[in-house]
Amino acid sequence: MATKKSNTIKLKFDSARSLAPAPESKSAAKIDPQYELFINGKMEKPQSKKYFPTINPATEEKLSMIAEANGADVNKAVTAARNAYAKTWKKMPPAERAKYIYRIARMIQERAREFAIIETLDGGKPIRESRDFDVPTAANHFFYYAGWADKLEYAFPNRRTEPLGVAGQIIPWNFPLLMAAWKIAPALACGNTVVLKPAENTSLTALKLAEIIQEADLPPGVVNIITGAGATGAAIVNHPDINKIAFTGSTEVGKIIQRAIAGTNKKATLELGGKAANIIFDDAPLDQAVEGVINGIFFNQGHVCCAGSRLYVQESVFKEVVRKLKDRLETLIVGDPIDKNTDIGAINSKAQLDIINKYIKIGQQEGAEMYQSSCALPKKGFFCRPTIFTNVAQSNRIAQEEIFGPVLAIQSFRTDDEVIEKANNTPYGLSAGVWTDKGSKIFNMTTKLRAGVVWANTFNKFDPGSPFGGYKESGYGREGGVHGLNAYVNIV
Amino acid sequence: MAKTLESRLEVLKTYKLYIGGQFPRTESGRYYIATNAKGEKLANVCLGSRKDFRDAVVAARGAFGGWSGRAAFNRGQILYRIAEMLEGRKAQFIDELMKQESTKVQAENEVNLCIDRLIYYSGWCDKFQQLFSAVNPVASSHFNFSVPEPTGVVAAIAPQNDSLLGLVSVIAPIIAGGNTCIILASHTKPLCAVTFAEVLNSSDLPGGVVNILTGKVSELVPFFADHMDVNATAYCEGDAVTQKMIKEKSSLNVKRVVLYDKVKWADATGQSPYFIMDFQEIKTTWHPIENIGGAKAGY
Repeated sequence: MATKKSNTIKLKFDSARSLAPAPESKSAAKIDPQYELFINGKMEKPQSKKYFPTINPATEEKLSMIAEANGADVNKAVTAARNAYAKTWKKMPPAERAKYIYRIARMIQERAREFAIIETLDGGKPIRESRDFDVPTAANHFFYYAGWADKLEYAFPNRRTEPLGVAGQIIPWNFPLLMAAWKIAPALACGNTVVLKPAENTSLTALKLAEIIQEADLPPGVVNIITGAGATGAAIVNHPDINKIAFTGSTEVGKIIQRAIAGTNKKATLELGGKAANIIFDDAPLDQAVEGVINGIFFNQGHVCCAGSRLYVQESVFKEVVRKLKDRLETLIVGDPIDKNTDIGAINSKAQLDIINKYIKIGQQEGAEMYQSSCALPKKGFFCRPTIFTNVAQSNRIAQEEIFGPVLAIQSFRTDDEVIEKANNTPYGLSAGVWTDKGSKIFNMTTKLRAGVVWANTFNKFDPGSPFGGYKESGYGREGGVHGLNAYVNIV
Repeated sequence: MAKTLESRLEVLKTYKLYIGGQFPRTESGRYYIATNAKGEKLANVCLGSRKDFRDAVVAARGAFGGWSGRAAFNRGQILYRIAEMLEGRKAQFIDELMKQESTKVQAENEVNLCIDRLIYYSGWCDKFQQLFSAVNPVASSHFNFSVPEPTGVVAAIAPQNDSLLGLVSVIAPIIAGGNTCIILASHTKPLCAVTFAEVLNSSDLPGGVVNILTGKVSELVPFFADHMDVNATAYCEGDAVTQKMIKEKSSLNVKRVVLYDKVKWADATGQSPYFIMDFQEIKTTWHPIENIGGAKAGY
């Protein structure tokens, strides 16, 4: 093999001159001291009479108090959704349904800055991400599915569709507004009504969305947004008058839900955990690949079900890639999420930080070699240094279990067959990444990797028109695109 | 000197399992007696065990890579070949169906329908992907497309009454889509299922793609649903308790559960590409599109 002079020039970032703070103004965001439940078009006090605090994970300061829905509240919301389904939404001409959904999309766009700031305050993600990704993609999702409402007969060859009825939707804390959009938009477009529960740590943008839905004059009860923790979610899953459960979250809870609805006719889509393999071949454009790996694992602090948390590097470029990764790690700005320069914000909660730290300890105990950025961390709030592990064995827990944090496990490989086997050796199958300059190799890899989304020479890209969802224990059903309609219709 | 036709002793057929392209007896050594409605003995049939099922899963998993990796066109040819073989052995199937309480006309109809159904799915092998794929017009500079891919290993319990048509109608869309399967034949009417295995075995279908077991449904169903290397379960009866149990156990590894209790297999609605799609995953692939600054549109 011809010797290739490897690129040894280190990226130069003058560390002596740090960037001045550039915080986004919080004036565009109004947060009330207390939020109620959104049921039947009105803000209702919870029958539980209980409220819980929501905090800013970057400062540990309380932002607001959130209502806790109990079984009676869930029942009220489901009843409202059932009535709205039977009396209004199901009967409405589809083109009119579409216009309501378009209206929601437009209103999110109008209030985009407010949503971005609140998302960052409540969840800890960098303002750059909530401003440039979460909020616009959420608006686009409503815009995309609005247009399907009166075109469903074209989506399923030789078949008609019927709505399912009332959809119970439970979403996670990593992309609060975006997940609400992923769930609500296709459900409404297909003629269903909705009871949605955001995660207890990140209720605010969903409740802001409730304000928009109210403003948009959506018929009362078509969308109900109720807040609470696991018990509230369980009450939705077990409610007898719900026809469909859509859940995004951990594989562990997904299995509990699948089991809980076993004796019913409820349809389900489950979008669960992942442990994606990101694979770098020796002919890949390495600098681009390194950027892709960084984005793959550190986007949203690694709180991404499709995060590229396992990296496989072909042996001949292993040292070079690891060195480049370490260099790049040093340049990442970890800190105040509201600062526009921040790359990695706050870990969403104390509980999640504890889980991540537990795995970092496990990784070291298992004999893997840890490298962390030397960056300083803020004194308050929940933060974690971007972390990579080398000397990882396929059987190590950090290579098998979903960590849901900024922790990357790196292994090497020699042949295509070897890396396919290693990449597929996981109960998960949500996503994967491939980096190579060779087209035929890309297609060999993308067809053999058992995962629902495969990124080739890119990573962590999303679009309302692009179906998303897993193989195996990463769940079933798709969200996005024409395939996402399937989750909300009966095909007759 | 040969005996006269009247006095010639009939050679009885041994009905065995079909696993990995072989015809083993059940490892358990157990058997049951299949009878007709009058209670007359038709045959000794293997009473398949959990171990037989687990062996079949190993065979199905082993065959999955090769079968799913074949050209769709080639899968279509093999399904067509199965239909040809069935056509050639029509008389035997009619005979067995009549032993299992069908009239001659019913038996002929059922076999004909099975042959036609195999031809129907043979044709779909390289077409359903085009109907259910999409090139997605994403807003960023990427080429993005979604295609169906087989779910993997499917464990199915065949319809108990439509002993041949039900079996064929469940197997055909599963394998047309590139999956491999283990299927439990009708307990009371197992004869055709075993003979169908012989048809499969002489049809260029690689061993392990279809594995056929005979045995007791209530004994084997739990294993069909809780095996960790099975990706999907199909059940064709309306028994609510069993349905619930299958769904519960399937949650162990997030199996896809498909219930066919309302399908009328003899109907036109008993076949469609949507049966294929019941055992497909959608894979979406992204790749960047280069945008060269200054390039202008032109021809």
